[in-house]
Amino acid sequence: MHRTDPHSPQEVKTVNTAILRLTVNNHPGVMLQICGLFARRIFNLEGIFCTAIDQGETSCIWLKVDETEKLEQVIKQLAKLEDVLAVEERIDARERISAMEAMMARIG
Amino acid sequence: MPRLNGAQIIIRHLERQGIRIVAGIPGGANLPLYDALAASTTIRHVLARHEQGAGFIAQGMARSSGQTAVCFATSGPGATNILTALADAYLDSVPLVCITGQVPSSLLGTDAFQEVDTYGMSMPVTKHNYLVRCAADLLTILPKAFQLAGSGRPGPVLIDVPKDVQTEIIEFASWPEACPLQVQRTDEPESIKVAAAMINEAARPILYLGGGVIHAGAAAEARQLAEQGSIPTVMTLMGLGILPSDHPLSLGMLGMHASRATNLAMEECDLLIAAGVRFDDRATGRLSAFCPRAKVIHVDIDASEIGKLRPADAAITGDARQAFADLLPHVRQRDRRQWNGCIRELQQAYPRFYDQDFAPGRPFALIRRVAEWVGPEAFISTDVGKHQMWVAQAYPFTDPRQLLTSGGLGTMGFGLPAAIGAALAFPERPVVCFSGDGSLQMNIQELATAVEEQVNIKIVVLNNQSLGLVRQQQRLFYEQHYFASSYRIAVDFAAIARGFGMQAYDLAGASDPDALLQQALRESGPCLINVPIDIEEEVYPMVPPGAANTTMIGDEYAQN
Repeated sequence: MHRTDPHSPQEVKTVNTAILRLTVNNHPGVMLQICGLFARRIFNLEGIFCTAIDQGETSCIWLKVDETEKLEQVIKQLAKLEDVLAVEERIDARERISAMEAMMARIG
Repeated sequence: MPRLNGAQIIIRHLERQGIRIVAGIPGGANLPLYDALAASTTIRHVLARHEQGAGFIAQGMARSSGQTAVCFATSGPGATNILTALADAYLDSVPLVCITGQVPSSLLGTDAFQEVDTYGMSMPVTKHNYLVRCAADLLTILPKAFQLAGSGRPGPVLIDVPKDVQTEIIEFASWPEACPLQVQRTDEPESIKVAAAMINEAARPILYLGGGVIHAGAAAEARQLAEQGSIPTVMTLMGLGILPSDHPLSLGMLGMHASRATNLAMEECDLLIAAGVRFDDRATGRLSAFCPRAKVIHVDIDASEIGKLRPADAAITGDARQAFADLLPHVRQRDRRQWNGCIRELQQAYPRFYDQDFAPGRPFALIRRVAEWVGPEAFISTDVGKHQMWVAQAYPFTDPRQLLTSGGLGTMGFGLPAAIGAALAFPERPVVCFSGDGSLQMNIQELATAVEEQVNIKIVVLNNQSLGLVRQQQRLFYEQHYFASSYRIAVDFAAIARGFGMQAYDLAGASDPDALLQQALRESGPCLINVPIDIEEEVYPMVPPGAANTTMIGDEYAQN
């Protein structure tokens, strides 16, 4: 039986995460730039999914970010990267991202 | 139709970009680049003795002129050596384009001779960087790199070019146009109005100005804003020179080594007008205690700086010059007699200088003497340490870009090559490098470059035979456990300079040190002057790292 407890850690975690969708230039250094930014600025990155779009010219990167207080700063820093063409906050994609996470877990 | 190899494309583009001087060192992986450079009739190459020196020579040119400067290094150790200069440029927002050689593409990733991951290593210390895949890409990367370095918040850009890309010959239809610098307009009439209203209503405002104001060429507008509203003004280390030191509204530098009256005034202010600053910990002290009663207006061209450390009550994202120009018509002329009177009282209660600070042989006396003799048109570079703080406290700065100093990264070894760079960019103007014995030894090999180029620099070494600021912290915060902070041998810097072929003077034991100093400063070409300084001379007052700016220790008013 599923019980919703607003104080359970899992629930808190879901509330704290944000979903970002980036459009980036597709070249071999871009993932390093994104991950490096999160590492050196001590932003928590929970998940990352990347795929080429537009005949390979650009890529789309989905980020699950465990930050609410610093989210504005995360977005501003991402937007500053020359290879990042767009940053969108996509709360609407939360459920689809969760479904994808579940699928990834099943592939195990 | 031009038919050139990658290296020739780079050199021709630098020529088209207006670059006249490149500092660097050749090595195996950038030899094609140097072969192309040898054929250039307009670019002068300055051969540094260490790649870090080359990077700082380029910085000296860029900081003094405001124009993007260029440096070259080879792969591997060349690239790792120049990284410090790039990191330094990144933290102080200095526009550089650094071009490194790399092992041929076919060897990338094989741990080849002199291969390091320059692209990966330079990523966190550059505004942007490139690993060039083919010669044709250079035609878009080069103009873009210059545009990025100089636009918005300036910064260093690195281009890593594998050797085979340098030798690859391509034919192309035409040269790309140089990309114009992007102008970031504020266009925020609403926030301008809000900010102006806040300024007009404030009883005790303070202007807090940093390097961004200098990058924007906004010193005149900043001064007008200060004068129009009679607003007392503090500057960061990077902002010194925006207001002349003797301007009645100038409170000098804020923060760790500010004067007591300045930090106490900030405690009282009700509005902080911050422009081109990033609330660095050396300026703010403990952030939660910084200007605790003040609302904040934050002007910055980099959106990510606004709200990064201190929330802003009004934010203007854009060029400081334009922001000030937009604000000025809305800012009321006020004399704020009470507030300025209160600050004058603080300054009288806690004077910045005492007569005994200017006794012969003491640091402030030396610094003021040099200023007197070299005049206001001189560039002043410093290294990092006590001498740097003494210069920041006591030198009579009159103009933006007059002081060249490593602020954010605090790189010992910056001063000498930066002075060489400034002298190359402005051969007609005097350049003085204040250094310390510790700092000078970190890039002392550039004495050779200075002699070879016959640059007009005077190196004044404040020699206390120690790592003075380290020793000072050991005295104050580590129970005087002096360890590894003084040198056990006395280096004869004058003899070393002479060994490099440089004129040199030593004030130690001089019967008339003033006369000797004056004579040394009158030499044409490069000259080193060793000045013994008492190891016990400290930089006071001082805010302990992590403490509130009102917790100042070391001077005679300290409570502890």
